[in-house]
Amino acid sequence: MTAADRIDRGFAKLLVADADGAISHLPRAALGSLFRPGDLVVANDAATLPASLQGVHRSTGEPIEARLAGWLSFRDPLRFVAVAFGAGDHRVPTEDRPSPPPLSADDQLEFGPLSASVEGSLDHPRLVHIRFAGSPASVMRHLVRHGRPIQYAHIPEPLRLRDVWTKIAADPIAFEPPSAGFALDWRTLKGWRERGVAFATLSHAAGLSSTGDAALDRRLPFDEYYRIPEACAATIEAAKSRSARVIAIGTSVVRALESAVNADGTVRAGEGRASGRIAHGARLRVVDAILTGVHQPGESHYELLRAFADDRVLNNVRAAVEDRDYRAHELGDSLLIERQGAPGVL
Amino acid sequence: MLNDFDLKGLRVAITGGTSGLGLALVRNLVASRARVAFVARQAQLVERISRETGACGIVGDVGLKEDIHAMALEIAWNLGGLDVLINNASSLGPTPLKLLADTECEELHEALVVNVLGPFRLTKALFGALTASAREGRGAAVINISSDAAVSAYSGWGAYGAAKAALNHMTAIWAEEAKDEGVRFLSLDPGDMDTPLHALAVPDADPATLKRPEDAAREIVTSMLAALRENAPLALSPSA
Repeated sequence: MTAADRIDRGFAKLLVADADGAISHLPRAALGSLFRPGDLVVANDAATLPASLQGVHRSTGEPIEARLAGWLSFRDPLRFVAVAFGAGDHRVPTEDRPSPPPLSADDQLEFGPLSASVEGSLDHPRLVHIRFAGSPASVMRHLVRHGRPIQYAHIPEPLRLRDVWTKIAADPIAFEPPSAGFALDWRTLKGWRERGVAFATLSHAAGLSSTGDAALDRRLPFDEYYRIPEACAATIEAAKSRSARVIAIGTSVVRALESAVNADGTVRAGEGRASGRIAHGARLRVVDAILTGVHQPGESHYELLRAFADDRVLNNVRAAVEDRDYRAHELGDSLLIERQGAPGVL
Repeated sequence: MLNDFDLKGLRVAITGGTSGLGLALVRNLVASRARVAFVARQAQLVERISRETGACGIVGDVGLKEDIHAMALEIAWNLGGLDVLINNASSLGPTPLKLLADTECEELHEALVVNVLGPFRLTKALFGALTASAREGRGAAVINISSDAAVSAYSGWGAYGAAKAALNHMTAIWAEEAKDEGVRFLSLDPGDMDTPLHALAVPDADPATLKRPEDAAREIVTSMLAALRENAPLALSPSA
């Protein structure tokens, strides 16, 4: 049994907040029976990289953990944005982890078989750009074997790569799992297909959800790359032209689609980079509802929900979630929030 | 060219790619301009075949659960996605072959792990990539290499035959379940070939009576193309 299985996905819960703000509760297994024929569900098929590297800061000999947090250039495995931590592992909550040794340009870092140098420190002691030595293929080979998935303090069992891949995981570009996708299984997709609900995927390189450092967390999410296949863009256009609703599985899908939207409401296929936060007051042009996890105010994911619903509705959601013991972590329960004023999707 | 087809851009992964049928498939597909990744256990051999063919070599053991996702990640990364997975790596179980009543549980277990659980795990890990390819209209297929020992009860072939029979039936059920996702599943029996695996099983066989792995590889590629065309008629075109 894997760590992820222990968090029993079979009994996961689903809270639905509809376009009028009314709240209802369902078993998440009922997801496949939701939505109407013609509606379109869009999910993020990014597979998660083992983005946490334990190693040593060569000049001081001090231990260091680097969490790869973003691509400096999409799919170039030599250069990354990274968040550095000092001694300790994931059992220590990130907010209690010591700082890394002071890092400056050209510092050498050794992560098992991988060597990296600090390209530049940014305006925060934990935040650096790093460059690995070697060819892209050899760096990837070592990264896959030496790296570990980024872990969570609330899950004591170490998570393995297979625990952090969603069932639809395809494109290995994400640094943390696009966790809303854990709600999907092939039975759910089959249920939608049988009822004429369309399904499409894009790949978005989801970055860190939180670093435990308040100043850094206020800057999340960092810019994130994504790729929207032609077929996905065409499916969205077809859905919009028949006035069907678009349901995003996760904040990363909202970010990608709303960043790729054209003036006429269609979505650009190809690669792009989503930057900035989507928050209260943002006008959503593509997405009518979002399936997501349970988030806390202040987190970038929560702020994004404020583009879907006002604070009165979100406060009701928070109260209901507390009342019914929804599990608020990456492998926990789910919320489905309709954009207020949008035509209902249920 | 070994085939009548130009497979430019087709992304294919093959397990057990450093000898016998697997190696013949790597060579055939590279010659047809497919993008090929292969997996095998011995690092030096993987490196040599990779240098020789230009295919991407990945070191891993399909019999090891802990290797599977790293392998899947490297495949998807290096090929930029996946259109075809060929589960070719195989284990005979005990060699020399044994009667079932002489076969140790551990030997049967090992044959089941390599021939059934390994392909199951790797296919599952790459199913997202395969369905993504299907949704993009490229077609997608999983080819599981089978054997007549899966169907006929040959004395001495118990561990291998039982494992291949299980693989066949798993393939048939998966074919049914994955149809609507756009992923084709085939089990193909290449016949008795002049390969290291066959030599282990039947050391005194006359190689002249055996099929060349190159010929079996060509037949498999032809079946693969037919399966892909059914799902994605425009994705592949015959070369001029």
